[in-house]
Amino acid sequence: MTLLPAILSQLLHLALMLAAAPLLVGVVRWLKARLMGRQGPNPLQPWRDLRKLVRKQPLLAENASVVSLAAPYAALGATAAAAALVPGFAHGMLLAPMADLILVAGLLALARFALALAAMDVGTAFGDLGAAREMSFAAFAEPAFVLAVLAFAILAGTTNLDAIGTLLQEGMVGLRVTLGLALLALLAVALAENGRLPVDNPATHLELTMVHEAMLLESSGRQLALWEMQGALRLTLWLTLLAALFFPFGTAGADAGPLGWLLGLLAWAIKLGVLAVALAVFESAIAKMRVFRVPEFLGAALLLALLGAVFLFLSTGLA
Amino acid sequence: MGVRGNSFPRSFPASLRQESGPPDCGFRPGGPLPILTTVTVALAFLLLGLLLLAPLGALAGRGARLVHGGGIAASAGFVLLAVAGLALGDGAVLLLPVGPPWAPLTLALDGLSAWFLLLLGLVGVACGLYAWVHEAAAPPRRLVPYPLFLAGMALTLLAADGFTLLLGFEAMSLASWALLAAQQGEAERAAARLYLGFALFGAACLIPAVGLLAGLTGDLSFAGMRATPPQGWVAGVVMALVLLGAGSKAGLVPLHGWLPIAHPVAPSHVSALMSGAMTKVALYVVARLALDLGGPAQPLAWGVPLLLLGTASALLGALRATQETDSKTLLACSTIENIGFIAMGFGLSAVLRAADLGPLAALAAGAGLLHALGHALFKTLLFLAAGEVQHSAGSRRLDRLGGLIHAMPLVALCALAGAAAAAALPPLAGFAGEWLLLQALLSAWRVGSLGLQVLVAACTAVAALSAALGAAAMLRLWGLTFLGRPRTPRTMGAQDADPVCRAALLGLAALVTAVGLLPGALLALGAPAVARISGHDGVAEASFWLVGPSASGSGYRPLALVIVAALLLIGLVALVRHLSPRPAARGPVWDGGFIAPPAHLPFGDPATQASAAGFAQPLRRMLGGPLLAAREAVERPPPGSPDPARLESGFHDPLLPALLRPLLRLRDRLAVAAERLRDLTIRQFLGLSFGMLVLLLVLLAWLGAGGAP
Repeated sequence: MTLLPAILSQLLHLALMLAAAPLLVGVVRWLKARLMGRQGPNPLQPWRDLRKLVRKQPLLAENASVVSLAAPYAALGATAAAAALVPGFAHGMLLAPMADLILVAGLLALARFALALAAMDVGTAFGDLGAAREMSFAAFAEPAFVLAVLAFAILAGTTNLDAIGTLLQEGMVGLRVTLGLALLALLAVALAENGRLPVDNPATHLELTMVHEAMLLESSGRQLALWEMQGALRLTLWLTLLAALFFPFGTAGADAGPLGWLLGLLAWAIKLGVLAVALAVFESAIAKMRVFRVPEFLGAALLLALLGAVFLFLSTGLA
Repeated sequence: MGVRGNSFPRSFPASLRQESGPPDCGFRPGGPLPILTTVTVALAFLLLGLLLLAPLGALAGRGARLVHGGGIAASAGFVLLAVAGLALGDGAVLLLPVGPPWAPLTLALDGLSAWFLLLLGLVGVACGLYAWVHEAAAPPRRLVPYPLFLAGMALTLLAADGFTLLLGFEAMSLASWALLAAQQGEAERAAARLYLGFALFGAACLIPAVGLLAGLTGDLSFAGMRATPPQGWVAGVVMALVLLGAGSKAGLVPLHGWLPIAHPVAPSHVSALMSGAMTKVALYVVARLALDLGGPAQPLAWGVPLLLLGTASALLGALRATQETDSKTLLACSTIENIGFIAMGFGLSAVLRAADLGPLAALAAGAGLLHALGHALFKTLLFLAAGEVQHSAGSRRLDRLGGLIHAMPLVALCALAGAAAAAALPPLAGFAGEWLLLQALLSAWRVGSLGLQVLVAACTAVAALSAALGAAAMLRLWGLTFLGRPRTPRTMGAQDADPVCRAALLGLAALVTAVGLLPGALLALGAPAVARISGHDGVAEASFWLVGPSASGSGYRPLALVIVAALLLIGLVALVRHLSPRPAARGPVWDGGFIAPPAHLPFGDPATQASAAGFAQPLRRMLGGPLLAAREAVERPPPGSPDPARLESGFHDPLLPALLRPLLRLRDRLAVAAERLRDLTIRQFLGLSFGMLVLLLVLLAWLGAGGAP
C-alpha cells in the first residue's frame, strides 16, 4: 500500500523540481534586479528563453565531435537523477533508499565532467580555461562537502539523505554548533558549485574571469537549452539540499495523503523562496573575488566543517 | 609439462609433507584428489608452463607468438582458477618438489591470493592481447623476461611460506628490471638503474621482515607465522620494514620516486602490467605480511602508518597527475594516487580491527580490495590506450596530441570509460571503491580516541581532495589527447587500433563497467579475502543490488541508479527530439578573435588551445607551491623594448632528490674513509682482521645462546 504513494510522490517531486528550476533562476534574477533598483525581467523569462532555444536550429563547430552532442544529455540526466534523490516536499519517496549524499556528489561530479569535456571539445582558449578552472574549484569544494557530510554521518549514523532529514525533522539532534558550522561550509560549497558570486558571476559573458559561461560559448540551440536547464536544476537541487539538511520542518511523509502533501509543498516553496531571497541579497551585497582567492574561500569552508566535526568528537567524547 | 604430472606427488620428501601441510587438507598421493587440491596443482602447472615459455622467447620468428599466446592462456587460466578458488574456499597447501631442503617451496590458494590472482589474470590477458599485435617482432631480450615476470607475480601471490613469497617477489623485480633494461636510450637505462636500486632496497627490507615474522623458531610457513604474531618492538620493526620493502615497490610516498620515471619507459603492455598488477602484488605482500600474518591482536596504532602513507600518496600522486605533460608519466602518478587509496583502505581496516569494530574493518578492507581490482582494470585500459595513441599518433606528450577522437573513435570511447572510472564517476569502477572507502572513513569516528578521530577526519578531507584532483587529471589527459584540434600535423595521420587490440580495450571497458555495477556481488565473492585482511567475515551488506555498511544505514545501489538514469535519459532524448527535430548546422569556430589559419595548419593555430602546462596552471598556482616546489615567474621587458615577455614556470617532486642526495653524500664519505684504509700498516691490517673474527664469534655465541630452545 505504501508503494503507490512512494511512486506518486517521487514522480511529482521530479516534475516539480524540473518545473521549478528555471522559475527559481528567474526569481533570483528578478530579485537581484529589484535590489539594484531595476525593473527586472519577468521571473518566467528563463522558461521563455528555454522554449526559444529549443526551437532554434543549433550551430556546431566544424570539428565538434560526438562529445558536444552527447555531453549535455549526460549532464542533465545525471543532474536530474541527483535531483530525484534529494527530498523536497516529502520523505520516504520511491528512491529514498538510494538517496546517499556521496552519490549525489558523485552525480554532480559526473555532470561537471561532462560539461568540462564539452568545453574542451572544439579546442578554444576560453573553453579550456573554463574547464581547467571549474575542475580546480571542484578540488577544493569536494573536501569541504565531504567533511560537512561527516558531521551528519556522526549525528545521524548514516549518509542517507532521507534518513538524515527524517531524524533532523523529529528533532532528535537538536540545535548544535556543528550544524551552524556545517551550514556555513555547505553554503560556500553551494556558491562555488553553482558558479554564483563571489566565485563566479552568472550574469557576465565574455569576461576573462568567468568560468561557467566560458564553457558554454560554443553551444547553441537545444544544446544550450540543455545546459541552461542543467544549471538551473543544479541550483534548485542545492537549495533543496540545504533546505532538507538545515530547515527540515514541514516536510510531509510520502503516505501523508493529498492534504499532507499540500502542506509539504507549501513548506518547500517557502524554504526555496527564503533561500532565493538570501542568495539575491548576498549576491547584491558582495563583489566577485579574484580566481586565485577562491581556494582561500573554500579552504575556510573546509576548516569550518573540520571544526564542526571536532566539536562533535569532543561532545560525544564527553557525553 | 604433462610428463611430470605423475611424478609430482611421489617426489616429495615424506618428512616435509608432514611438517608443513595442515592435516585436514594435505596433499594425499594415493586417494582421490579433492577439487581444491586440483586447483592448486593446476596453478603449479601454469607456473611451470610460464617458466618453460621463457626460453621459447629466444626462438627466432615464432617466439613472440608463442610467448604472448602462452601468456594469454596462462592468464586466462589464472582467472578461471582464481574464481574457482574464491567460490570454493581456502585451498590446500601444496609442496613443490623443488627448492632448498631448509625452505621447501609451498603453494596455496586462499581468498586473498585468489582475489589478487584474479586481478593479475585479467590484466595479463589484456596485456597479452596488446603484445600479440604490437610485440610480434620483438627481440628476445624483451620476450624472455615477460613470462618470468608473470610467473614471478603469480608465485608471490600463491606462496604459502615466506621463502616462496620472497622468491616470487624477487623474480618479479628482476624480470621487470630486465624488461626495462631491454629498452634502448640513455634515459631508459637510467630509469632501469634507478628501478634496480629501489628493487634491491625493497629486497633488503623484506627479507629481514620475513625473518622477524618467522621468529626464533624459524618456521617460514604462513600457518606458523600466523600462530605467533609479532609483538612489541619487533612488531614495529616488521611494520616499518614491510612498508619500506613492499611500499617502495607499490609506490607509496616517500618511496614513489621511481614509478613516474620507470613505468613510462617500458613498452605499454609492460607499463600496464607494472602499474596495474605489480603494484597490487606489492600491496598484497603488505596485506599478507602486515595485516593477515601480523595483524591479529595488534594495538590501535598498527594501521596508522599505512593510513598516513596512503593518504600522502593519494594527495601527492593526484597532484602530480594534474601537472605531468607525458601521458604515461601522468598515468604512473595516477597509480600512486590509487595505490594510496587502497593503502588507506587497508590501514583503516587494521585500525578498525584493533578497535573491535569488525563489520567496519571488513568494509574498509572491502573498499581497498574492490579499488585494487577496479584500478588494475582501468589503469591497464588507460595504459594500453596510451600505447595505441603513441603507436598511431607518434607521441606520448600531451602537447603533441589533440583531436584524436575523430581519428580513433573506438580507442577514445574505451579510454573515456577508463578515464571516467579513474575520475571516480558513478556508476563505474572507481566510484564504487571510493564510495566504500569514504563510508569507512566517515564511520571511523566510532573508534573513540580523539586524536585518531581528528586524524581520520583529516584523511577523509584529503581523500576527497585527491579524488577531485584525480578527476581533474583524468579530464586533462583525455581532453587534451582526444578533444580539441590536433596540435601537430603528425596527429592527423592517426588510425584506429587493430581488431585484436580493440577487443582487448572493449573487454577492459566492459569489465570496468561491470565492476562498477556489481560491487556487492564481487565483494560477496571476495568475502574470504576480506576476512583474511579484516578478521571479520565479509562486508555486512554485499548483494547483487546493494553494497553498504549495514542493512538500515547508507547503501549504494549502482544497478538501480543506472536504471533510473537510463529512464531519465530516454525520456530526455525523446522529449528533445520531439521539440527540436532539426539537425544541427556546422560552422567555423570562433577562436577568440584569432585570424584564419594558414594553409600549412589546416586545423588552426595549435597555440590558441590550452597547452598541457597551461591547463594545469590553476592547480599549480593553488596547490603546487608547497607540495611540488612549483614556480612561476614573468620576465617583462623594460617599457619601450620590443622584446617579448617570458613566462618561466615548472615544478618538480622534491622527495626523490631529497632521498638521493644524502645517499650520494654518504657514498662520497665512504669512499674517502675507504681510501684511508689503504695507508694502514700491516700490523693494523692484521689487527682489523682479528677483531672482525672475534666479533663474529661473539655474535655467533650470543645468537646460539638466544636461539637455543
